[in-house]
Amino acid sequence: MTPEPTTPEMADPDLEIRTEAKPGTRPSAPAKRGLSVKLEQLRAFYGASEQVKGIDLEFRANEVTAIIGPSGCGKSTMVRCINRMHEEIPGARAEGRVLLEDLDVYGPSVDVVAVRRAVGMVFQKPNPFPTMSIFDNVAAGPRLSSRRRGDLRAKVESALRNAGLWDEVADRLDEPGAGLSGGQQQRLCIARSLAVEPEVILMDEPCSALDPVATLKIEELIDELKTRVTIVIVTHNMQQAARVADRTAFMLDGKLVEIGPTQEIFTKPNDPRTEEYVTGKFG
Amino acid sequence: MSAPTTGPIGAPGPAGRGQATGGDRLARFAPSAARRRRDRFARASILAGTVIALVPLALIVYYLLSKGLSSWSVSFFTTDPTGSTFFGGSSIGGIKSAILGTIEIVALASAIAVPLGVGVAIWLVEYGRSGWFAQLVRFFVDVLTGVPSIVFGLFVYIVLVVGTGSTYAGYKGSIALSLLMLPIVIRSAEVVLLLVPGALRESALALGVPRWRVIFSVVLPTALPGMLTGVLLAVARAAGETAPLLFTAAATLKTNFNLGGFMNSLPVQIYKDVTSATTSVEHRAWGAALTLVVMILLLNLVARLIARRSRLA
Amino acid sequence: MASVPTADGGRSLLERPPLARLPDRALKYGLTVLSALILALIVYFFVRLIGQARPAFAKEGVFGFIFGNDWNVGAEHFGALPLLVGTLITSALALLIGVPVAVAAAVYATELCPPRLRGALTMLVELLAAVPSVVYGLWGIFFLAPKLEGAEQWLADRLSFVPFIGGGHATIPNYFITGLVLAIMILPIVSAIAREVMATVPADHKEAALGLGATRWEMIRLAVLPYCRSGIVGGAMLGLGRAIGETIAVTILIGDAPRLGHHLVEQGYSLAAVIANEFGEAQGVHRSALFAAGLVLFVLTLLVNGVARYLVVRAARSGGQRGRGVENAAAGGQILADAAIGA
Repeated sequence: MTPEPTTPEMADPDLEIRTEAKPGTRPSAPAKRGLSVKLEQLRAFYGASEQVKGIDLEFRANEVTAIIGPSGCGKSTMVRCINRMHEEIPGARAEGRVLLEDLDVYGPSVDVVAVRRAVGMVFQKPNPFPTMSIFDNVAAGPRLSSRRRGDLRAKVESALRNAGLWDEVADRLDEPGAGLSGGQQQRLCIARSLAVEPEVILMDEPCSALDPVATLKIEELIDELKTRVTIVIVTHNMQQAARVADRTAFMLDGKLVEIGPTQEIFTKPNDPRTEEYVTGKFG
Repeated sequence: MSAPTTGPIGAPGPAGRGQATGGDRLARFAPSAARRRRDRFARASILAGTVIALVPLALIVYYLLSKGLSSWSVSFFTTDPTGSTFFGGSSIGGIKSAILGTIEIVALASAIAVPLGVGVAIWLVEYGRSGWFAQLVRFFVDVLTGVPSIVFGLFVYIVLVVGTGSTYAGYKGSIALSLLMLPIVIRSAEVVLLLVPGALRESALALGVPRWRVIFSVVLPTALPGMLTGVLLAVARAAGETAPLLFTAAATLKTNFNLGGFMNSLPVQIYKDVTSATTSVEHRAWGAALTLVVMILLLNLVARLIARRSRLA
Repeated sequence: MASVPTADGGRSLLERPPLARLPDRALKYGLTVLSALILALIVYFFVRLIGQARPAFAKEGVFGFIFGNDWNVGAEHFGALPLLVGTLITSALALLIGVPVAVAAAVYATELCPPRLRGALTMLVELLAAVPSVVYGLWGIFFLAPKLEGAEQWLADRLSFVPFIGGGHATIPNYFITGLVLAIMILPIVSAIAREVMATVPADHKEAALGLGATRWEMIRLAVLPYCRSGIVGGAMLGLGRAIGETIAVTILIGDAPRLGHHLVEQGYSLAAVIANEFGEAQGVHRSALFAAGLVLFVLTLLVNGVARYLVVRAARSGGQRGRGVENAAAGGQILADAAIGA
């Protein structure tokens, strides 16, 4: 099996989304960066029940921030408020502000469709569109706004390269997306999200349905992707958070307990509850 | 709740990376005007289609009520139709024999179809399960579901009228209707019996209760409301059928309680009135149609209420 | 063994007397015999039907009967083509009009409708199924047909350059009004199945589409409709089967022209209608020909329903837990689907 590109330099130079792409260097303006996301007093409700109880939190641009916490603490709910998927559930609503740089995505004149394109999402269970080929899966997003064949081909290839899947599927783009292995399917979903060139990608336990080898591949991918987008990853696997995240936030019972550089959270947390959680006393 | 957004959200344009204005931030992600139009148009069409689906119902209800109610009267329900078709409502009679006939014929049909159907369903679920014979039976039941109603009439005609040389009779109509009801009863009973949790059966069997007892004392009572729903649906369906009765029960005008003789029924009466050449009986047809629809709706309503109260899943 | 609890005084459970096993065996064999009898009955009917139809086939030949273009009672010549064509035209028209409307209503109910209205909307569409066939005929011939006569004529004149569909003089019973009423009659079954199939679409895929920044319609187009394709087709075919076999409404609304009508707005005939109309006074070969028509009708519905059922089962199978709702909808409409799911 050919090794996947491990640096963006090996990726397709025609990347439209980058004006310049050099790994590791701080790009000078105007270069592509992800956006920062700031939550201000975010509350989320399912009907009358409040699951997220007033969260102030910042996800810094071009960093990977992990959200950890016991089951049911509201991490997935909170993250789904960022791309306004939470309100798709009947009876669910959110209050507070979610700022993409300085734009509140809950603003009255903001188009939710645009928000979802700017903030991509990768779900827990890989969910490629079952009736579509690999190519069509990745092209699904861009195809919504432009049907030009040439454009699409370039976008699909660059997205697949950025997702580290191109070498494995380049010769079978017309095969059904559902025919890939679990890990490949998840990378396909990541490519699908990348194809619309989002600024932020939310990942909701993306590796929990995958085997360790596939998990590792995706964690490497996350490390490369952060130069282009801001990444928020929800995980119940603390080792994973320690491996991939620059900063980690610990949530408990709908509230933010603590956020800080990953190393600190896991070795010298400020809050005793954090310490109890990371040392495995509960959760 | 929001920061003021400047700039057109809808217009796709180059986004300035370093700009602070919120509106342009999302501009390049926003769906184009064409996409929005397509979305609005599609949703409007779907809504229009839905409304179109509801219009016939409204019209049917309206006309049934407006034309049918006016022929309802005490005498309408208590006199038999006379054969006469002169103008003037009083001389054409009511629909008494039709109502009674329908009730009788359908009652007998149910008495035949329900035990047989439930029996087959029990066999399918408790004994046959997925064996080859059970698959065969299910296949034939499916076949039966799709048979046009007039073919049932033909079947019974062949066997009971031609075969025996005797003539039309009410009970022969019942047999034709019971054939029609059979697949519905079997199918719905099977569905409901399958919903009874296996654990329930197993715990009874584990207590040493013989299988037949388990079926009658545990499974059937649990499944009863659901099966009742299915039975009522089948009855409602049978009550409205005309074709199977055309050459089996025949129609007579007089009220006749003897199922061995000719017997009138609502659908057949309506059919005759509709296809008769004179307009004077059109009025009666509407009234009879309203009566029939009300009967069927009541059955459906009861079925729905029972279904709601039984929570097997 | 002595300490084993007993069910009936003194004797160990492990030694049930053969008499006590009797009800079990009686029930099992009794029900097996019953099921076998039902099977035998159906086969028997089928065989007798063929027997009764034989004289007509003997006279015209099987192909001559089915494809002969002349149903002439007087001349004792029975070609069923006008009947077959009439059946097919009206059923095709019913599908053409009915399926898009039914699918639209299903899409609305599952994806766009405010949740509070969903139950009411579903129930209203189901109510159409409660109206018996003869009432559809009554309503069609006395209300709808006269109301639409003018419009039909206008359309026929406008489209007169199109063969068959345009032109001609609109009569009150005609192909068009029959197809239209049939469309209304198949609405509930097609809609119920479509609705159930759409409910099996995993939320995953819908969210994936929305997460990409798709509008609501784009999400339906990407994630819902492709997933439901075969189920919807199966539902449509079940509707087709229903339309083909429909007797009374068609008899009232199609007329009794024993030749092929030349225009959509003119009278025609159908397999079921000919039986309903002519059976009463038919004798000899005529009667046999009517049985033959019944046989053709039977076989036709068998084929259509067979394919339909295959498609529906396939859609149900891939639908997991909710898939059972699809099969139940096919069996008995929405009430049964809801009852079984406990919805």
